[in-house]
Amino acid sequence: MDNVDSTENNLVSVHNLTFSRGEKKIFDDISLEFERGKITAIMGPSGTGKTTLLKLIGGQLFPERGNVMVNGRNVHHLKRAELYALRKRMGMLFQSGALLTDMTVYNNVAFPLREHTTLPESMIRSLVLMKLEAVGLRGARDLMPNELSGGMARRVALARAIALDPMMILYDEPFTGQDPISMGALVLLIKSLNATLGLTSIIVSHDVHETSAIADYIYVLADGKIVGQGTPQEITQSSSEWVQQFMNGAADGPVHFHYPAKEYMDDLLHSEKPLFPRSRLPDDRTAKRKRYS
Amino acid sequence: MEFFRYLGASTRASFTKLGRASYFLIEILSGLASVIVRPRLLLKQLHSVGVLSFLIIVISGLFVGMVLGLQGFYILSRFGAEETLGVMVAASLVRELGPVVAALLFAGRAGSALTAEIGLMKATEQLSGMEMMAIDPIKRIISPRFLAGFLSMPLLASLFSAVGIIGGQLVGSGLLGVDDGAYWSQMQATLDFKDDIINGIIKSVVFGFVTSWIALFEGYDAIPTAEGVSRATTRTVVNSAFSILGLDFILTALMFGEH
Repeated sequence: MDNVDSTENNLVSVHNLTFSRGEKKIFDDISLEFERGKITAIMGPSGTGKTTLLKLIGGQLFPERGNVMVNGRNVHHLKRAELYALRKRMGMLFQSGALLTDMTVYNNVAFPLREHTTLPESMIRSLVLMKLEAVGLRGARDLMPNELSGGMARRVALARAIALDPMMILYDEPFTGQDPISMGALVLLIKSLNATLGLTSIIVSHDVHETSAIADYIYVLADGKIVGQGTPQEITQSSSEWVQQFMNGAADGPVHFHYPAKEYMDDLLHSEKPLFPRSRLPDDRTAKRKRYS
Repeated sequence: MEFFRYLGASTRASFTKLGRASYFLIEILSGLASVIVRPRLLLKQLHSVGVLSFLIIVISGLFVGMVLGLQGFYILSRFGAEETLGVMVAASLVRELGPVVAALLFAGRAGSALTAEIGLMKATEQLSGMEMMAIDPIKRIISPRFLAGFLSMPLLASLFSAVGIIGGQLVGSGLLGVDDGAYWSQMQATLDFKDDIINGIIKSVVFGFVTSWIALFEGYDAIPTAEGVSRATTRTVVNSAFSILGLDFILTALMFGEH
């Protein structure tokens, strides 16, 4: 599998993508480019649909408008078999790890190899041990997923994601909920895997410092738009208020601390319902209806 | 007005759910071919769905048979017809109680476990992760479980009936003094292989199909949160019970109507 075969410089291109969930527009006409061999990060506050973007790239969700090209092919026009063939060349690291809980670490890493290849067991063993060695968990091969710490589970999932030697890896919040040591290990691992395996990495994250440390290019998303893009240096020097608020972690700014609501004083003083209502619960009926619908 | 809106919305919701369930069933059935190629996946599920339900089926079957023996004896002895106790116990078990009670127990024991398992796999992104590894979760996870449920149900129902008949015999001839030979010979002479036994097996096949389908669909369709999975598990047991009892009436009317 040649990982640098196309004449194009970008492995993944997203053009004019629009996607909504119910009434809410998650993405509003955004375009992103992901260069081959580079680590590109997508950052933004929680709830801006960063994970959704990965699912769109992986073909698990369909966009309303626009298209996603991976390796020169439109993901959403592929037939099922073609999509599956493409996915074999994509690794995805889920936030939870998504390890199969009824199998040992060893079998989890062997799982894609056993499903997709007819390699003899001795070959699978060598491959699995190599992948586990790469993430430093060769000694943990006989543990079950519930015996692993969060950081270890994510590293096993990473070993599984690289089992089929993919051309790219999608990382969904790889640093969230990690202690500083395993965070450091993961940062190092992502960086070194990208270099040694010639991968293209897409990281979705809101951990500013870790991500800026390894990313070659960063997109900052907010409210369905790209509010900033550039190399980590360019991003930290960005003049955009959005980007500044996000990078510095300011509580208030263009992204408000308060969820949209009416005036605070109005809300307190002119309540629609009496403060001590006669009925036990003001919304009893609707609450009940919700429960059964 | 509010009421009609609610009525319309919930009717529409249940029809779309039925549509999703039917589509899901088609996918399960088209995934069955790949299960046959890999019998190992099936064996593992046969163990967890079938073999692990063994104990509850045997114990329940024994007690249901013993109660039938008691009740049957009290009623039949009024007419001096205790000798036909074997017929009564066997006919009610093979025709009705075997398939129905075994299916209800199966829904409670194995169906709820299937729903919870699939629902949790969905909640922990295992199904989604498999899809991203280019492995179809329907073929790899759902279809083997479906086939296992479908195959186990008739076996468990037959086991239930068989143990029940022994239970009836224990009470009838062991405790209450019905003639042992009469118990067995009357049963053999009266029960028909096609009318009684085959029809009972057909029932349990239908129940196995429906219960496995409901259990797997509820798990696959569950809202991926703790509350969502718990509600899906409840729905599995409730919906399976309704379907089993409703279908039992329809099947009975169709099978035994002419006599």
